[in-house]
Formats: sequence, C-alpha cells, structure tokens
Amino acid sequence: MIYRGGIGQWAYVLHRLTGVGILLFLLMHIVDTFIVRIHPETYTRLIRDVYAAPWFKPFEVALAAAVLYHALNGIRIVLIDFFDMPSVYHKRLFGAVLFLFVLLFLPGAYFLLRPLFS
Amino acid sequence: MKVHFRIRRYDPEKAPKPYWQDFEVEVEPTDRVLDGLHYIKWYQDGTLTFRRSCGHGICGSDAMVINGRNRLACKALVKELGSRIVVEPLRGFRVIKDLVVDMEGFFAKYRAVKPYLITRSPEPEKEWIQSPEDRARFDDTTKCILCAACTTACPSFWANRDFIGPAAIVQAHRFIFDSRDEGAEERLAVLHSRDGVWRCRTVFNCVEACPRGIDVTRAIEEVKRLLLTRKL
Repeated sequence: MIYRGGIGQWAYVLHRLTGVGILLFLLMHIVDTFIVRIHPETYTRLIRDVYAAPWFKPFEVALAAAVLYHALNGIRIVLIDFFDMPSVYHKRLFGAVLFLFVLLFLPGAYFLLRPLFS
Repeated sequence: MKVHFRIRRYDPEKAPKPYWQDFEVEVEPTDRVLDGLHYIKWYQDGTLTFRRSCGHGICGSDAMVINGRNRLACKALVKELGSRIVVEPLRGFRVIKDLVVDMEGFFAKYRAVKPYLITRSPEPEKEWIQSPEDRARFDDTTKCILCAACTTACPSFWANRDFIGPAAIVQAHRFIFDSRDEGAEERLAVLHSRDGVWRCRTVFNCVEACPRGIDVTRAIEEVKRLLLTRKL
C-alpha cells in the first residue's frame, strides 16, 4: 500500500518527476546541439523531423508544464525554507502554485499548440 | 459494529516472508484500533505481536501504519477509519515480528543529538532561571514522545536510513532553543553533517503523522535557518 501522505508528499513526488524529466530533456538538448558541430545535415533533419514535427508538440507542452510546475513549486519550497511560518501554510502555498500553474499554463499551451490547428 | 482487520504478519521463525492475515472483530465505533488488536490477540490469535504500554497516547509504543498512514493505535478511533482497517508495521525499520520493529537505529540517532541539558557556566545557587517567553520558544518540541511516526513517514528516511530523521531533529531543537542550554554547537555539528537536517525535503509527512501535533517541519526549518545564519 502506498503511504497516504498529504499534499506535501504529492507536491514532492511531482517536483521530483518534473525535475528528472527536465534533466532528461537537458541531456537530449546537449546531445542535439552537439550534433550541429559534427554533422549539420543530421542536425537540420533532426530539427525538422523531431523537434518541429507535429507529433512532438505534446512533448513540448509536457516540457513547458514540467518547467512551470518545477519553477513554481521551487519558489514555494524557497518560501518555506526562508520564512518562518506554521506548516499548515504550505498547503495554501501549494494552492497558489496550482492557481498560477493553470493561469500560466493554459495560455502557454494554447500558443504552443496553435500551429497544429492553423 | 463489525470491523475487518487486515494485518501485515511476519514471523521469521515460521515463514521467511511477511503475509497478510484477516480478522473479523466486533467493536464499538468509539473503540480504538488498539482495542481491536487486543481483541484479536486475546480471543482469536495469541501469536499476534505488537508493542503497547500506556495505551493512552503518551508512551509512544504503538505507532504503526494504519490505513496507509502512521498513527498511534491507541489514538486512532475505529469510527474515523471505517469498517476496513489495514495495519502494517512502521516503514523503514527492520521488522522483528508482526508489528514490532527494531528501533535501535532510531534511538541511536536520538542519543547522537545529546538530548539533555548541557551547561558550562558555573552552576547557579538555586535553579537555572528561564523566562516564560524563553520557555515558550521551544514549547512545541517538548511534546515529542519518540514514537517514530514522523521519521518513518519521511520519504528521505525511506531512501536513506542514515538520515538522522525528524524525531532526532525535534529533540535537538528542544535543547538548541532552550535559553539555559549551552550545548547547541555540539548538536548543530551533528545536524549539519551529510545525513543531518539538509536531507529534509519539506515533504510535511512528519507534520501529518505526528500524534502530538508537533509542527515538525517548522522545527526542522528553524534549525536549518539557524545553521545558515549563525556563520554570517
């Protein structure tokens, strides 16, 4: 049975998952920009067939979501670390994280996905 | 009411692996999980093994995972849990038998933070005087009963058994912020080590698990901030 921790536990799990996801993307990104130096044609093809391809769009949206969540929750953790507050406040802060996430992610996702529908 | 107990059993002398066993128990809604465990032990299966001492939420013996969350069996009411109750031993400790876990490592960490008053100044004629304000500074962390519910709810501890854990930090906090105490440096040295306070990832499971309502993460954060600012 999974330990039934509170909001903090799930905020932490999401923070870890998005962190690992962003790290994997970074590794991929380092590899592809490395290719531009050794084989520009492959790089161009890679950009055209992968990064700019319609099927990659959802991954781009997922990356945006991961970066956004990781950044907002990171600010939440910094606030908890540097300001003395009763622990119950962390839940309100998480509410703020979710609110800002939705506020920023929806328009972001719209602009990222718009080329697919035009 | 009829309650279905599902208990994680383990007896290394009988079977090499832990297994689940089910019991049907007739209890009152206002009964505690501990009453159910007693009923099982006294009338159904005498081999069921668990710790309990005072049975009134103050000795800290009967912390266990009840319906997926750390609680004291003597404080968890049946009516708050429903008719299906799942009981497991605390996580992150070696299971000795059934719900009894090996807490030696836990207490070794407790001892490591020197949980007693350390003074160097000449002893006063009567007593060490403390103002009510200074006493209030560490009031929250005096409530700890060392049940280990916080430490065994902590993902950082599950991942790294060397992590000193919330309980030991709470105990250290109780003395570090005591105006009479002069041993803060010794304790902070332990807490500033590789497996000290910095392994805390502010998951807040400890706060939710604490049967004494101690704001554990806040105490840990206070120690972190003290470590950060004292050298500046």
